[in-house]
Amino acid sequence: MRLSWFNITSLTLGFAFLYLPMIILVIYSFNESRLVTVWTGFSTKWYGELLSNQAFLDAAWVTLKVAVFSSTLATVLGTLAAYALVRGARFPGRTLFSGMIYAPLVMPEVITGLSLLLLFIGIGLDRGVLTIVLAHTTFSMCYVSVVVSSRLVSFDQSLEEAALDLGCSPWDAFRLVTLPIIAPAVVSGWLLAFTLSLDDLVIASFTTGPSATTLPIKIFSAVRLGVSPEINALSTLMIAVVTLGVIIASLISKRNFVREQHGSESRH
Amino acid sequence: MRRVFIIIVPYLWLLALFLIPFAIVLKISLSDVAMARPPYLPQFSWEAGPGAFLAQLDFENFTFLTTDDLYWKAYLSSLQIAATSTLLTLLIGYPIAYAMARAPEEWRATLMMLVILPFWTSFLIRVYSWMGILSQEGYLNQLLLGLGVISEPLIILNTKAAVYIGIVYTYIPFMILPIYAALHRLDSSLIEAAEDLGCSRAKAFWLITVPLSRNGIIAGCFLVFIPTLGEFVIPSLLGGSGTLMIGKVLWEEFFNNRDWPVASAVAVVLVLILIIPIVLFQQNQQKQNEAQS
Repeated sequence: MRLSWFNITSLTLGFAFLYLPMIILVIYSFNESRLVTVWTGFSTKWYGELLSNQAFLDAAWVTLKVAVFSSTLATVLGTLAAYALVRGARFPGRTLFSGMIYAPLVMPEVITGLSLLLLFIGIGLDRGVLTIVLAHTTFSMCYVSVVVSSRLVSFDQSLEEAALDLGCSPWDAFRLVTLPIIAPAVVSGWLLAFTLSLDDLVIASFTTGPSATTLPIKIFSAVRLGVSPEINALSTLMIAVVTLGVIIASLISKRNFVREQHGSESRH
Repeated sequence: MRRVFIIIVPYLWLLALFLIPFAIVLKISLSDVAMARPPYLPQFSWEAGPGAFLAQLDFENFTFLTTDDLYWKAYLSSLQIAATSTLLTLLIGYPIAYAMARAPEEWRATLMMLVILPFWTSFLIRVYSWMGILSQEGYLNQLLLGLGVISEPLIILNTKAAVYIGIVYTYIPFMILPIYAALHRLDSSLIEAAEDLGCSRAKAFWLITVPLSRNGIIAGCFLVFIPTLGEFVIPSLLGGSGTLMIGKVLWEEFFNNRDWPVASAVAVVLVLILIIPIVLFQQNQQKQNEAQS
């Protein structure tokens, strides 16, 4: 199939629109001038300044801690929830349960944040890293559960039944049969939860206290006043990490794909 | 026993951290603001009993929302901004999705990845990247002034236009992906048949391609419209004092005015407004699933 000029134009313009703002950001992070929009020369000094800024480093550390704990917890809870929804027999309040899984996906962040803050104040829980972890776990477990349940729905249930028939306990059947099959979905669920947590400004702002500032909160308060060269440098680092991560992930999945193809051919 | 455990843990978690918090919001929205810690009344106490507690709740905050025009203006303007930017996202996203579906097979995986990739980078940074472009001394004005297209710098940052650009930019993957999925399945021999039978290209597009991608368009529109309605980051970074959006109003009511009961009432009304598009979206998805199976 050949592409018409119209299609080539819309692809070019579309991807330019998607990528130019970030490319400009990356280029200007190497600008020497403090006036961000005027190019005066190449320099990496804003990176130096960023890395010697203790407040940013602390915030990065808090963000990473929150993301690791909340995404791991969310993956466990979300996988359990998906399993309960897809494989579980009818249980009382099933409709409510699936409602509670889907509602946080569409709930505006300001409302999720507000309601959790009111809960934490109501029960007298000190706000800090713990409360952000609880908040992030709650909304990202719903994303994990959607990702995992789409995988659970699509795979052949008779595999599990066969394991049970052959004398596996339900737990062993889950561990030895189900888990390896849904593993890719569980991993992508974890990655999704991790990114959502790294990214979240609104819910973290509501649920944090003076003791814990996350990177998005720090970035937001800095850029409210306008464009800043340190934030450009920080953004570039974050874009670099994500790009690297996606490239590595796609290489791994390509290798697995090739290996699978190869394996199924040699089995024939 | 283990079965029960699987269900009970996530169930209790969501009850405690999703449903109960929302019940608290509902309750505070019916309370009165007070100079106390926490700043609202009544407080529940077992001595007075639940009857006396319930008697003190009223709909005063909701009446207040209708009398102060800041709030209903903010709701209307959020609806208008969300609707306009959804339409803009559709107009820009459709040609991209269309071209992706027409692209050679071996490009498609890469194109898909390129659409999804921005989603993994920080939302905040993607919004922020437009501040440098749209500001008065920004790159866009530098370029246009340099080319001699304009003689005065355009004022875009801190206007509604900047908010539209920000929304289209950050949400366009949600529009492209479902439309691409629909167009990708479309049998191109249908269009060839129409053209053989004398349809013009434009007519074939309107009579065949658009109706067959209808479900993708609807899904994409909801995926953009629903989250945009309560958006906070985009209007506060790119919008000005003139761009009212309800997410920002709620934030300011809570953090700046410390009026918790009114902030809660704003939240409850926003949820009520959102229920309609969410139910419609759900129905659309269900119909689509049934059509596929």
